[in-house]
Amino acid sequence: MFVQVLFYAFSAVLIASALGVIVARNPVYSALSLVLAFFTSAALWLLIEAEFLAIVLVLVYVGAVMVLFLFVVMMLDLNTTSLRQGFARYAWLGWLTALAVIVQMVGVFWFRGLGIDATQGAVARSAEVSNTRELGEVLYTQYVYPFELASVVLLVAIVAAITLTMRRRPGLKPQDVAKQVAVRREDRVRLVKGLGPKAKSSGESAASAEEGQS
Amino acid sequence: MADLLAHWDSLPTYLQSTFWILVVTVVLILSVAFTTLWERKVIGWMQLRKGPNRVGSLFGLVPGIFQPFADVIKLLLKEVVIPSASNKWLFRIAPAITLVPAFAAWAVMPLDPALVIADIDAGLLYVLSLTSVGVYGVILAGWATNSKYAFLGAMRSAAQVVAYEIAMGFALVGVVMAAGTLNLGDIIRAQEGGVSNWFFLWLFPLFVVYLIAGVAETNRAPFDVAEGESEIVAGFHVEYSGIAFALFFLAEYANMILISALTAVFFLGGWLSPFEGLLGADSALGAPGFHWLFLKLFFFLTCFMWYRATFPRYRYDQIMRLGWKILIPVTLVWIAVEGLLVYFQVGPWSR
Repeated sequence: MFVQVLFYAFSAVLIASALGVIVARNPVYSALSLVLAFFTSAALWLLIEAEFLAIVLVLVYVGAVMVLFLFVVMMLDLNTTSLRQGFARYAWLGWLTALAVIVQMVGVFWFRGLGIDATQGAVARSAEVSNTRELGEVLYTQYVYPFELASVVLLVAIVAAITLTMRRRPGLKPQDVAKQVAVRREDRVRLVKGLGPKAKSSGESAASAEEGQS
Repeated sequence: MADLLAHWDSLPTYLQSTFWILVVTVVLILSVAFTTLWERKVIGWMQLRKGPNRVGSLFGLVPGIFQPFADVIKLLLKEVVIPSASNKWLFRIAPAITLVPAFAAWAVMPLDPALVIADIDAGLLYVLSLTSVGVYGVILAGWATNSKYAFLGAMRSAAQVVAYEIAMGFALVGVVMAAGTLNLGDIIRAQEGGVSNWFFLWLFPLFVVYLIAGVAETNRAPFDVAEGESEIVAGFHVEYSGIAFALFFLAEYANMILISALTAVFFLGGWLSPFEGLLGADSALGAPGFHWLFLKLFFFLTCFMWYRATFPRYRYDQIMRLGWKILIPVTLVWIAVEGLLVYFQVGPWSR
């Protein structure tokens, strides 16, 4: 009973925050709604004792991905009115995508296509079973090739992102820390010697003038 | 007394946990208060000053013992100014967002061989995810303030925390490999059998990386560019006053205590006694207990102050360089070395 109340409460917040992502006018609010959506879905996963998935969702998506997302959204001074201009023209594309998703969901839930019976719901495992160990065993034995393949795809994405930003472009002044550390005094300061008695006497007179003032 | 204990055991578990949650929270808040005093004292001594010594004393000893309470009363009485151009709702909620994770993480902390509020299997991941959520308060405070200084501080903090979290996570991967579990209590039990089995000896590079990343995660000197008094005034909390500022302060110190405790748990055997094996487990010094965790925690906490009194602030690009180009490769190399050690059954994990 208590679990059911929790489930409906979290689901309500999840749906509300998911709507907030697409409805909010301010992109920062959208990003924050997405954070809330991740949190509540993690809570829903905790209810079926999938604690590993729940915590990793918070750790990866809330703790790292969304921080960078917020970072970018806050830095960009997004002009929402100009972004909205193409909205009506490309609306059919959005409707098409929505239709495809709805067809898929009907296929899964109504006609039980693809051999997936989602209507049964997830089965909560007993508390004795270590989620982490089970997932790890499956991931590194049965699904080891897809897993490795996914990591290679991620690596390629990392390399691509770095090559995109590391290209030589005009006006770029990267710091060479080794060079900065290797600097000696002689490179920066030049001691001037032998300016002659004239400079010396003028220096003295300046000093005496200061003394007189004080 | 025995009657009382029996009565206590008959209470339902949720009442017992509620009691311990209250105890931990209150003790933590008091510890934060005295940590601020201890910090000012330690830094004072390091700079040949006396530190606060005016407010109160205990029987002529410990002058200045009530300084934290004077500070709290002062902050409570001050007006909380909310800038008119700020985003009022986010401005108000940001301090709470930093504070809650700093306290919630204590739920899985093994305080004593018999005492942990929530003994969950994925405790390490729980702690890691909560410490990474705390940065939202900083980012939101900086953005909601609608000031350039605050915003710069928030941006610096976001980039820094994300960078050092990776190094921190990798250091903890080494701990998990050595312990074979994500449960914090079991990680301590994997270090049983004397000081030579504690992980800081076997994972020394990871221990150092974790310590550095911990200082960076808490935005403490020399990594306190998010505040950076000399460049951006006070960074993300420049417009916060009164008790709203005190909440940020509370969160920062609670995080310091948390990181110190976690370092003790992961690398120095938590509540294990350093004399284990040398003295009997039933002798006063040989028995494990909360006092050992407290001593280790206190040592690391004092180290935080020591760093602050010793090191000048890092330059921003140097922070990024240290995080990405030095700490992460070090952890990767040592994880590979540790893999070999585990494979050839060298080290405490071969038992």
